[in-house]
Amino acid sequence: MRHTLAVLVENQPGVLTRVAGLFSRRGYNIESLAVGETHEPTISRMTIVVDGDDLVIEQVGKQLNKLIDVIDVQDITQAEYVDRELVLIKVNAEPSIRGEIMQIVDIFRARIVDIGYHTLIIECTGDEGKIRAIEKSLKPFGILELVRTGKIAMVRGQKYEED
Amino acid sequence: MKLTGAEIICKALEYEGVEVVFGYPGGAVLPLYDKLYDSPIRHILVRHEQGAAHAADGYARATGRPGVCIATSGPGATNLVTGIANAYMDSVPIIAFTGQVNLSAIGRDSFQEADITGITLPIVKHSYLVKDVNQLAATIRAAFHIATTGRPGPVLIDLPKDITIAQAEFEYPPQVTFRGYRVPGRCDSAQVYQAARAIGEARKPVIYAGGGVISSNAAEELREFAEKTRIPVTNTLLGKGSFPETHPLSLGMVGMHGTAYANYAVSYSDLIIAIGARFDDRVTGRLDTFAPNARVIHIDIDPAEIGKNVRVHIPLVGDVKPILKELIQRVEVPDTGEWLKQIEQWKAEYPLRYTNEEGVLKPQYVIEQIWEITRDKNAVITTEVGQNQMWAAQYYKALRPRTFISSGGLGTMGFGLPAAVGAQIGRPDAVVFDIAGDGSIQMTVQELATAVQYNLPINIAILNNRFLGMVRQWQELFNNKRYSQTEFPDLPDFVKLAEAYGAVGMRVTRSEEVRPALERAIATPKPVIIDFVIAREENVFPMVPAGESLTKMVGC
Repeated sequence: MRHTLAVLVENQPGVLTRVAGLFSRRGYNIESLAVGETHEPTISRMTIVVDGDDLVIEQVGKQLNKLIDVIDVQDITQAEYVDRELVLIKVNAEPSIRGEIMQIVDIFRARIVDIGYHTLIIECTGDEGKIRAIEKSLKPFGILELVRTGKIAMVRGQKYEED
Repeated sequence: MKLTGAEIICKALEYEGVEVVFGYPGGAVLPLYDKLYDSPIRHILVRHEQGAAHAADGYARATGRPGVCIATSGPGATNLVTGIANAYMDSVPIIAFTGQVNLSAIGRDSFQEADITGITLPIVKHSYLVKDVNQLAATIRAAFHIATTGRPGPVLIDLPKDITIAQAEFEYPPQVTFRGYRVPGRCDSAQVYQAARAIGEARKPVIYAGGGVISSNAAEELREFAEKTRIPVTNTLLGKGSFPETHPLSLGMVGMHGTAYANYAVSYSDLIIAIGARFDDRVTGRLDTFAPNARVIHIDIDPAEIGKNVRVHIPLVGDVKPILKELIQRVEVPDTGEWLKQIEQWKAEYPLRYTNEEGVLKPQYVIEQIWEITRDKNAVITTEVGQNQMWAAQYYKALRPRTFISSGGLGTMGFGLPAAVGAQIGRPDAVVFDIAGDGSIQMTVQELATAVQYNLPINIAILNNRFLGMVRQWQELFNNKRYSQTEFPDLPDFVKLAEAYGAVGMRVTRSEEVRPALERAIATPKPVIIDFVIAREENVFPMVPAGESLTKMVGC
């Protein structure tokens, strides 16, 4: 099963290498890893998607915790969380078919961020399902390039109590 | 007052109580060596950096204090790698200082540049590349703290040359704080209570004691616990010395070359109490048939060890010593009468055994004699890796902690001699033996020069069968005696080799010569090599073939 881990680390050179190295050395499969500075500049946050059974995931968490530069590890898979990924897709877009592509872009609430002679670049944000869906929809036009940021995720806030 | 980086290192080592470092100079560490020249810290000059790392390791295991080694940049640093990996696998606290090219030269493939923090990433507990001399003192404090607390391990500090020349105000921080490193505190009492009850209910319990008992200095507590509960104790290779192997409750070593009765006891037990041990594959054999009827209590300071290889029913995470103390208070004493009878039966039926033959020198006999002659002495045994190591583990009955030092996890041939150097430096009054093979000794034999230089009366017992014996044994048993690359037709004359180094050399070919040779060696205030010419194709038995169940032993 796929798990989503929210990992706080020291914002220092080499930390990403330590984390990535741990995964390869112990034979864990990273499906995606996104990292960036948090509001506290000395701390970075990683969102790691990793595939494995419960025993493997438990080990991943424990081994990550052993790294001195890892401050906190949370498996948020079972929690209510929001996740997003950003994708940029460059598609073939001869003028005659642009209308059709723009319709798809509208449906997904995506944006066109570049127009070339024969191409469009489309920017889309969403959860994994949406990203996969827009990719599939654009495929028939011919995808020339595609880049994804990897998933980022955050646990939802506590809800107001309902009467 | 401002100090240079090199001066800060020397001062910091003094603050840490370091009396001795093992090292080898070179270009990038010239400023450091210039300051060491005036420092009260004793420097032991090894002959190869690998020897420095192993010596620091042996020193740490023999004394319980962290070992320190120093190497220059590039090849000096990479030569430390095996020693660092060895310390990592066996959880030994060492601090490795490596020289590095100037900060501005890093990344330009400069002369003697190696990315040593990168290279050692998977084999250190932590590492630092110091980029600001103002951080140096705190970095060293942090390194010692990390290396010696929790589950101990090696920490590397990479020192660009210009950092050791640059100046900073020196203030040694009494402590450092970490956001991401916490040593497990007291174990949850409810868990201890649960363990105490499970122990009371058990009828066939076994204690499985590892190196963690020794690094936690908990041998006394283990003994009290075992004696109070009347539970038999088996130990791992690194756990040798955690419980006296002559004790009636001792089962000796478990695993691939463990005693048959230890392997049977573990296999048929209903409760395994693992203490500072990690269920290594050489201990468990085939995992899915390991101790099928046993519940498992696992005491370990490293939470990641819980459930890593074997399902654990009651985890007790924390330092072994206080947990055992609490457990001794609360434990319910189980009825182990029948079980101990069964174990006595196994002991009688399947003892460790070998046959002495006329005119042939048996390695087991040599080890027994080394044991007889040192058992009442303040002695430290180191081993190399292979048959010599396993015979030593079987026939040298360790009685006290920090008396049996061996490369367990990594299995490093060439560990024993430099480790003996470190042990003898740390414990100058001890009788030190390196139990070696003719293969292993050749991997780091240059450290004999170190032993001679510092007048270390180390005794090197080479069990010489002119084979890489353990590999040959596997080839005999599993590859139809096809001895591919395991025979040494032309060994050096080890007696002359010893003499060439300025040590003493002896050769023993007959059983009756063993005792006098050992006595002479111990009485010699210099390093001694004894070349024991042993039965060539003697095997280590019992043996659990790799990947087999513990009960599937051959040769018992």
